[in-house]
Amino acid sequence: MATARNPAALIRPLVTPEGVDLRLKLADAGTRASGFLLDVVIVITAAVVVSLVAIFGLGGLGVKDAEPLFIVWIIFIFLLRNVYFIAFEAGRRAATPGKRMVGVRVASRSGAGLTLDQVIARNLMREIEIFLPLSILAARGSAGVADTLSTIFGLVWALLFSLFPLFNRDRLRIGDLLAGTWVVEAPKVALVEDLSLRKDPIAARFQFSAAQLDAYGIAELHKLEEVLRRDDYFAMKAVAETIGRKIGAKIDSVDSKAFLTAYYGELRAHLERKLLLGNRKADKHAR
Amino acid sequence: MTLPAGTDAVRQSLASFRQEREADWKAFEALLARVEKRAPRALSEDELLSLPLLYRSALSSLSVARATSLDSALIAYLEALCLRGYFYLYGARRSLRTRIGDFFLRDWPAAIRDLWREVWTSVALTVTGAIAGYWLVASDKRWYDAIIAPSLAGGRNPDSSTEMLRSVLYGGGDHLLSGFAAYLFTHNTQVSILAFALGFAFAVPSVLIILMNGCMLGALFQVYAAKGLGFELGGWLSIHGTTELFAIAIAGAAGMRIGTSIAFPGELTRMAAAARAGRVAATAMVGVTVMLLLAGLLEGIGRQTITSDVARYSIGGGMLALWISYFYLLRMVRHGDG
Repeated sequence: MATARNPAALIRPLVTPEGVDLRLKLADAGTRASGFLLDVVIVITAAVVVSLVAIFGLGGLGVKDAEPLFIVWIIFIFLLRNVYFIAFEAGRRAATPGKRMVGVRVASRSGAGLTLDQVIARNLMREIEIFLPLSILAARGSAGVADTLSTIFGLVWALLFSLFPLFNRDRLRIGDLLAGTWVVEAPKVALVEDLSLRKDPIAARFQFSAAQLDAYGIAELHKLEEVLRRDDYFAMKAVAETIGRKIGAKIDSVDSKAFLTAYYGELRAHLERKLLLGNRKADKHAR
Repeated sequence: MTLPAGTDAVRQSLASFRQEREADWKAFEALLARVEKRAPRALSEDELLSLPLLYRSALSSLSVARATSLDSALIAYLEALCLRGYFYLYGARRSLRTRIGDFFLRDWPAAIRDLWREVWTSVALTVTGAIAGYWLVASDKRWYDAIIAPSLAGGRNPDSSTEMLRSVLYGGGDHLLSGFAAYLFTHNTQVSILAFALGFAFAVPSVLIILMNGCMLGALFQVYAAKGLGFELGGWLSIHGTTELFAIAIAGAAGMRIGTSIAFPGELTRMAAAARAGRVAATAMVGVTVMLLLAGLLEGIGRQTITSDVARYSIGGGMLALWISYFYLLRMVRHGDG
């Protein structure tokens, strides 16, 4: 899959009317599958809870009085299965609770607002993608006539549709294809501290020459930022040793974090200065 | 070896860039969190007016940050914030009331008119299926069990007595039957959704489902007609059946539209043709659900309380006339924003 190897393959341009490209990131197949499974768990839990209440209601009231309750139950289960996805995706956040938990939402491929008919089209198609093959299998299995051929047919059908997102560039399922939608990442990102403003008494001891700062580029800077934010002692020690070897500096392993903080701050200021002067040094190989 | 001058100045100016704008970003984030949870009415007028301003200021911060800053966490934060703002501000959402009004006054009849060729094909297929079902059961009554699942038959089969069949038709307020009606509603809606969704496979499954539905109708009819109850069954069925069968025919038509536009996309690309057909068909499908709900109500309330054949026929015929004139004659002329 292109997903795991090259995250850039999932980035699509989205130019706002103000002329800024927001670089939409499509949700990968794993994220979407986990979002859907969360939704399934929610729907099943709700169905079980309501059914239990309905059964105890039947027991408590006697079958004759429970008749209206039975109708309400049938309609509720039906609504749960068919309306849950539509109602949440037509809402303001265009995402079911499961999608919200994994940080994705539905969007229109054209970049315009998502309309109700699109949401309905993409969700009705789920009926043949997931539920139909499953219910065929369940019906066959319970009737005891699950011969090998029809089971295989059902499974192949289910897989053909559920794996459809893996076979196209935009990770569309059949419903997305018909509705003109796609699923994009819309995570809630918190604003975190600026690492180069970190005050560290030991870090002030380190001084770097221009040659030492020229050893790396922007790609390595971002990796360094990741390591510092993760704050893992052994990772920082290993990275500090590698950098020390490359730029010819001697660091005690207890000072790894301070060293990396200092080097990060200096390297970033150095590269940002180059950036202002029109030189975006992409990685250590660039001049 | 000395450091080139100016790194401290760069660091200072980027730090103050963030410091000066951070309050705006936070304010925008807080406003977005509020409008995403509740209706925009929850905001004061000032807050509402500041929303697009804050959005544009965040966008411009993003542009500046991309061009000058190498803090990837900051850029990721701004990208996520701007994307949320974009989706909210350009989502062009209408209020629920105008959406519902538009649907009933314009979108739904327009979708059905757009599908007219498929709808009448589908109706013709139902009739063909009914004739075939009638003929099959007339030639050999074992066909009946093959066509109608026992759970749907409700105990009616070719071996039932005339009295039993008649009692189903004029059974009156039996409590069990209302549960049965709700079951039939969900069953019918499921059949319609399948007829719609399976249309994806070049319309073949939709055609088969519609034919099969007609077959069931014809088979049931034959059982009653053989006992001389054909006219009475017609009344019993038509009170809700005209609405219900029309709805299922429309669902099949929606499926056929999708299948045929994937098979023959015309001047559009296959993807674009599919997306366009999907949206028309989805609108029709919401209408189908509304019709089936109405049919369920007619079935649950009307069928058991109204036992006169004439009244049944006139209600059924009236509903059919109502639907046809609603879909094909009602054309709202709207001015201004469309």
